[in-house]
Amino acid sequence: MHVGFIFLAVIVGSILFHIFTPWYWTDIASNWGSMDDTITLTFWIGGGVFVAVCLFMVYCVFKFSYKEGRKAEYKPEDKKLEKILTIATTLGVAALLAPGLIVWNQFINVPKNAIHVDVMAWQWGWQYRLPGDDGKLGSTKVANINDNNPFGIILEDPNGKDDVLIQSDVLHLKNNRPVKILLRSVDVLHNWYVPQFRAKMDAVPGVVTYYWFEPNKVGEYEVLCAEYCGVGHYGMRGRVFVKSEPDYENWLQEQETFSDLVAKQEEIEFSKTKLAKK
Amino acid sequence: MAEDFNDNKTIQAQSSETISGGGAGVTPDKDYVRPAEVADQDLYHGHSFITKWVFCQDAKVIGVQYFLLATFTGIIGLILSWLMRLQLGFPGAAGFMTAEHYYQFVTMHGMIMVVYFLTALFLGGFGNYLIPLMVGARDMVFPYVNMVSFWMFFVAVGVLLASFFVPGGPTGSGWTLYPPQAILEGTPGSGMGIILMCVSLILFVAGFTMGGLNYLITVLQARTRGMTLMRMPLTVWGIFTATVLAMLAFPALLVSAIMMSLDRILGTSFFMPTILKAGEMLEYGGGSPILFQHLFWFFGHPEVYIVALPAFGIISDLISVHSRKNIFGYRMMVWAIVVIGALSFFVWAHHMYVSGMHPWFGFFFATTTLIIAVPTALKVYNWILTLWRGNIRMNTVMLWCLGFIVTFVNGGITGIFLGNVVVDVPLSDTYFVVAHFHMVMGIAPLMVIMGAVYHWFPLVAGRMLSEKLGKWHFWFTFLGAYSIYFPMHYLGFIGVPRRYFEMYDSPYITSAVGMNEFISTAAFIVGAAQFILIYNIVVSLKMGKPAGKNPWQANSLEWHTPTVPPEHGNWGDKLPVVHRWAYDYSVPGAKEDFIPQTTPPSEVADTEVEKT
Repeated sequence: MHVGFIFLAVIVGSILFHIFTPWYWTDIASNWGSMDDTITLTFWIGGGVFVAVCLFMVYCVFKFSYKEGRKAEYKPEDKKLEKILTIATTLGVAALLAPGLIVWNQFINVPKNAIHVDVMAWQWGWQYRLPGDDGKLGSTKVANINDNNPFGIILEDPNGKDDVLIQSDVLHLKNNRPVKILLRSVDVLHNWYVPQFRAKMDAVPGVVTYYWFEPNKVGEYEVLCAEYCGVGHYGMRGRVFVKSEPDYENWLQEQETFSDLVAKQEEIEFSKTKLAKK
Repeated sequence: MAEDFNDNKTIQAQSSETISGGGAGVTPDKDYVRPAEVADQDLYHGHSFITKWVFCQDAKVIGVQYFLLATFTGIIGLILSWLMRLQLGFPGAAGFMTAEHYYQFVTMHGMIMVVYFLTALFLGGFGNYLIPLMVGARDMVFPYVNMVSFWMFFVAVGVLLASFFVPGGPTGSGWTLYPPQAILEGTPGSGMGIILMCVSLILFVAGFTMGGLNYLITVLQARTRGMTLMRMPLTVWGIFTATVLAMLAFPALLVSAIMMSLDRILGTSFFMPTILKAGEMLEYGGGSPILFQHLFWFFGHPEVYIVALPAFGIISDLISVHSRKNIFGYRMMVWAIVVIGALSFFVWAHHMYVSGMHPWFGFFFATTTLIIAVPTALKVYNWILTLWRGNIRMNTVMLWCLGFIVTFVNGGITGIFLGNVVVDVPLSDTYFVVAHFHMVMGIAPLMVIMGAVYHWFPLVAGRMLSEKLGKWHFWFTFLGAYSIYFPMHYLGFIGVPRRYFEMYDSPYITSAVGMNEFISTAAFIVGAAQFILIYNIVVSLKMGKPAGKNPWQANSLEWHTPTVPPEHGNWGDKLPVVHRWAYDYSVPGAKEDFIPQTTPPSEVADTEVEKT
């Protein structure tokens, strides 16, 4: 008997833990509430199946524990029951899959008005690049990266001239405006992840990957690297500030563009040669 | 070295049953079983200690050797997990623990548990011991190759453990060994460690292929008379199908290990794109890190089922025997195993939803992954329907079965979370994933292994294990493991990433401190509880209650050998003849509540047997 009670306690305990847990989602700060909804749906259907199966098992433990002289039922198959269970399970699975695929379709189709953000990762840090007035990011090449061109922008690409360069791990985003995160890495795999935004994607050296979200809550958030990237992985953090439009624009004005950087370097070059001539 | 061969070489067709159906009007003999088509197997009998116990060709001894070596590596894996939990629960408590060590322990723990413990134990251990006995063969069909298989495994384990002692230590690249970091500085063990890991895996795959061919051909060719495929115990079906998967999946691991070694040693660029490291361009270019992930998971996902299918098979048999009831829906169980095995080759990229592969893959792999839930769920239903109206013995074996059902269903459901592509986006790479796969692939198969140990120990050793110790062992392990992994899912909801050496400076993670301390404490207790089993085995080997013949009143052939424990050659002079499936328990009209597979219909004429 006590076996049945302990298993029952485990099931009831699991349900109570789920209801009263203090450990749960961080408050969502992006448009991906639909992901949370899909999870909630999965909890209801999946959790229901878990509880039903386990309770049935506990019932069997109570009801059919060994008794001398009793004989078990002999019934190798029950075609009808097996059919019902197959169909019911298939329907349950479909009910989970369909909404999942619909939300996935939203996740991989980026809205046209999304601001593109180049997130560049390395062992172990982040830096960011935003498009300038033309709204387009210039193309890049790892081989071009050097002290004078920290993002490896291809100089011949006119789109790159006005790109806004943020050589720090702190990014600012405009509230209620979709953002397309374009990820690249110069060395190993990384993953730019803010739990409150829910979404994440690996940065893979050699290719540019992407995902999108729309921040909808002003505030400060921590960026975590979510793909193991070597011994400094756990320390690879960054910060994001979601700001209202005027605050965001103010911040953006203060940032340096690629042409600013080039001009500054030419000036330094020039004064150096002048100095040398003297 | 003394050599002699089994001299009872007989053609079974001439030696046993009468062949019926002479002329018209004669009713066919109910007990007729088709004659054997090939001669009985010749076996090499070792006489010296070395040939009997070390370089032994008896599948049963090889099975025990696999079991012991796998358990030994498993204990190392367990100790590594203790060290990891020590760091996570009580940071700084172990003074020597650096981030390098932590990542090395994570990596070695994962690889050891998945490949060198679970795979080797289920297929090498249970497969070797049980397949020939359960199908009524004298041994595996290629005993010499089978012996070499174990010793290759032995060398593979040696190479793996040697990496602890080379400069730089073992690789710390995570058990998935993702390049580029696996072979670049900045990851511990990127020098010798990763090379030894690749070499060890290559050896393992080569050795395992030798064993695997044996299991397959023994099942296909060496079944005894009357043992049709649809009469085999589900244990054999599970191990057989898992071996087919292994034969198809391990080559992908082999090539990825070879290519990565070439990238590391010769500087090829299979997986290496242009890389800028510490301000310097490395001499790599043009390779694809995602290619490695596809290859790895093409192996890695079937690998999950290589562990799960034998577990499914074994648990089916244990539940049936100890419920005194036939397994419900045998045919569906067989087909579910085969279908799951086949589908497992079409779901690999669900490990890669956020890897940066083309996002359209998400639709395909989410669909295939959720389809696989259907046959898996059917298996679960059939297990609990086998309990239904059974006569359930509440012994230690049954406790492990019940524990398996709870943990497996729990872990299976969280698998549906992660398989449904968009739900995976927030949860992947968090502790939700860690909790999920430990529950479904760590704890659930472990429950099966333990159940199987308590079930078959009497056969192997001729003595029973202590029930009392067994129950303590179970409750500590089940309740402890459940309280480790059930709450851990919720760390994933918070968003705590996995593979973090320490994490407490993040604002929303501070709430996890208490839980991490709790989980670590539970992990220490669960780990320590495993030594109850070791103690139980050691004591019972000498002082356990003698098991006698067929202590569980089971039907399958392994319990019906002339001697217990079975001797080399298994069956004495004459191979058994099979007349029925392995699940005739509590048949109406039968005197006993079980009818062994060897019982001919004429002996139980007035029973209402439905399936034979």
